[in-house]
Amino acid sequence: MASGVKPRVKVPKTAAAGEAITIKTLISHKMESGQRKDDDGNVIPRSIINRFTCDFNGENVVDVTLEPAISTNPYFEFEAIVPEAGAFTFTWYDDDGSVYETSKEIAIG
Amino acid sequence: GNWSRLAAQQALTQDKLLEFDTFGNISLIHITDIHAQLKPIFFREPSMNIGVGANKGAVPHLTGAAFRKRYGIEDASPSAYALTYDDFAALAQGYGRVGGLDRVATVVNAIRADRPDALLLDGGDTWHGSYTCYQTAGQDMVNVMNALKPDAMTFHWEFTLGSERVAEIVESLPFAALGQNIFDAEWDEPTELFPPYRFFESGGVKIAVIGQAFPYMPIANPGWMFPEYSFGLRDERMQEMVDEVRANGAELVVCLSHNGFDVDKQMAGIVTGIDVILSGHTHDALPEPVLVGETVIVASGSNGKFVSRVDLDVQNGRMMGFRHKLIPIFSDVITPDPEMTKLIDEQRAPYLDTLSEVIGRTGDDQTLYRRGNFNGTWDDLICDALISERDADIALSPGVRWGPSILPGQDITREDIWNVTSMTYGEAYRTEMTGEFLHVVLEDVADNLFNPDPYYQQGGDMVRVGGLGYRIDITKPQGSRITEMTLLKTGEMIDPTRTYQVAGWASVNEGTEGPQIWDVVEAHIAKQGVISLDPNNSVKVVGA
Amino acid sequence: MGTGALIVAGLPIRGSAAVEDVIAAFTGGAPIGTGDIKLVAPEIAENGNTVPIEVSSGSAAEILVLATGNPTPSVATFKFGSLAASRAASTRIRLAGTQEVVAIAKLDDGSFVQASSTVKVTIGGCGG
Ligand SMILES: [Mn+2]
Ligand SMILES: [Mn+2]
Repeated sequence: MASGVKPRVKVPKTAAAGEAITIKTLISHKMESGQRKDDDGNVIPRSIINRFTCDFNGENVVDVTLEPAISTNPYFEFEAIVPEAGAFTFTWYDDDGSVYETSKEIAIG
Repeated sequence: GNWSRLAAQQALTQDKLLEFDTFGNISLIHITDIHAQLKPIFFREPSMNIGVGANKGAVPHLTGAAFRKRYGIEDASPSAYALTYDDFAALAQGYGRVGGLDRVATVVNAIRADRPDALLLDGGDTWHGSYTCYQTAGQDMVNVMNALKPDAMTFHWEFTLGSERVAEIVESLPFAALGQNIFDAEWDEPTELFPPYRFFESGGVKIAVIGQAFPYMPIANPGWMFPEYSFGLRDERMQEMVDEVRANGAELVVCLSHNGFDVDKQMAGIVTGIDVILSGHTHDALPEPVLVGETVIVASGSNGKFVSRVDLDVQNGRMMGFRHKLIPIFSDVITPDPEMTKLIDEQRAPYLDTLSEVIGRTGDDQTLYRRGNFNGTWDDLICDALISERDADIALSPGVRWGPSILPGQDITREDIWNVTSMTYGEAYRTEMTGEFLHVVLEDVADNLFNPDPYYQQGGDMVRVGGLGYRIDITKPQGSRITEMTLLKTGEMIDPTRTYQVAGWASVNEGTEGPQIWDVVEAHIAKQGVISLDPNNSVKVVGA
Repeated sequence: MGTGALIVAGLPIRGSAAVEDVIAAFTGGAPIGTGDIKLVAPEIAENGNTVPIEVSSGSAAEILVLATGNPTPSVATFKFGSLAASRAASTRIRLAGTQEVVAIAKLDDGSFVQASSTVKVTIGGCGG
């Protein structure tokens, strides 16, 4: 399992019902491309986050497939509609089978 | 000789230099790219400054006789000495040194006496470029500039002090640190430390000053020293900021810019609503502003050699007219401000013995200068030092535009060497490069200088080379400008597949190892004693 | 001036056959037009290892991003769900050198459109 993987997200605490909000996400991850070599000339095996999803109360906002060309510490910014109070769930899927998840509550106000 | 010195100084007086028919209701004072030059220096302007694309033959890409003709400047006149390169060494004997922040203080004080609420705006590249600035991590410059009481500043080389030090200084600044294009790299958001603009009230007019830091910071300088920040041109945001300040009542919009002149010209054509751009970075000194549409662009030179005064008449939220003067700081003519002299000397006192140690001297026909598109003689000397001290075939030295000049027969002190080499990443590396890679390097840098689109120009000059000759056709696209690369020591063409020993300095890569460049240059000069360089004809320029 | 930089700066890297394959897999061989797709990328990358890009479209169900000069051209595929407020997203990508970045959108009507942008990756160094 990749070490020191830490997700961070920026979501407003409140929104009006039906409002579009901007969400930003970051996850600390090396995104080892599988194309680099170590000092002995051996290929360092690929180890990346290969999928990222954002859902709200079970409904999908965005579903991204990541390739090794995504930079270290993958960053995404997108817009979501907030139809009601609830929680955004963010999920990152690692090549090594790990799944990292975080969620953010949002109130209507 | 002495008679010419007397004659020159009789023709010049402080009153004449400061003479200005006060105009309108606002005065702006612009100084930029001081590069930590606290004391008077010599500074030779370039003999070659090629413009490309739409800027071919346009200001500021005029030098020497063409420059004098464009502005009606007489040969050998004070303006000829200050603004062009011909007869530099001879004219310097007569007119003396330029700059010195105690003289700048006198000029600023005089303008303020005339117009108490004049705004003083510093375009950046202030906390870099000398021994004392390096040793104090910019504190000497901060102390001296604070006494000059600027109203706002923007940035470039400052960031090479490292983001932690920059933050420490900026938090303590008694004036605005502006940069609408300085962003937090992690979240791509504006920073709190560097607001985009500040409002000032002057002459009953609401003025907004918007900062524009050097856009290509992590490309031209080591990004690993300030990883928290992202820069870029961000001209869409510049437009938003202009619209925002106008909506909030700005009657005059001033952009304090470190874009470089051609980039500012292009931005002035894209962003509407900027009244004045105070332009820095490319070190151009222009006796008249350039107008793009209704935007006035002012360029104020470098190394403390000039101060610009711009008076404006703003009525009912509209700029009705302006009057401008580029004031050359003739240091023998302008009386130094005694308080500032004292403050400057205090900064230097702990280091004075080290600074003033004489390492060598120039031969009777040898001027040392840097400014220009290709190698200056300082660059030749630095490249010679790299080749001999680091036992290399080829030397590479950055095409920076700072660094004062040395006259024939002048002592070269340790301070002089640091003035042309000081930086926080001065390690002189020695590495192997293939002929092919050397070609890629030259092509890459050439495109950062000669790309016809100014937005691709980073405002440096061509990488300086030693031990290597080449032909450059500046009209060609990237990849085919550089041909006839020759290893000078054998006269053979560079073989793309062969490996060469290359010494250089100022690498932007983290972890670069080697002795500091100033030590390399000092060792070389000490061995030479008297510096007398062979003329350098190794670069053939085509298409200028 | 950089030394020993690993990036191939300068000449745009030519696209490979792999690019065609990735596109064909996305479109199923359908024709690609221009229109409702926008790609924003910097003219010059501050750092080839982390180049900000933004894709947007009014009616894209999916957007594929390709770096045509990378050894492996695929970068990412964005699928927009029912709660996406816009068909737009930003991310940061790795570019092995100066090259064309391409975004291809599959629109809600099943058609494909593309936009591209050249990003210059430079060794850097020097300055005023
Ligand atoms: Mn400068
Ligand atoms: Mn600069």
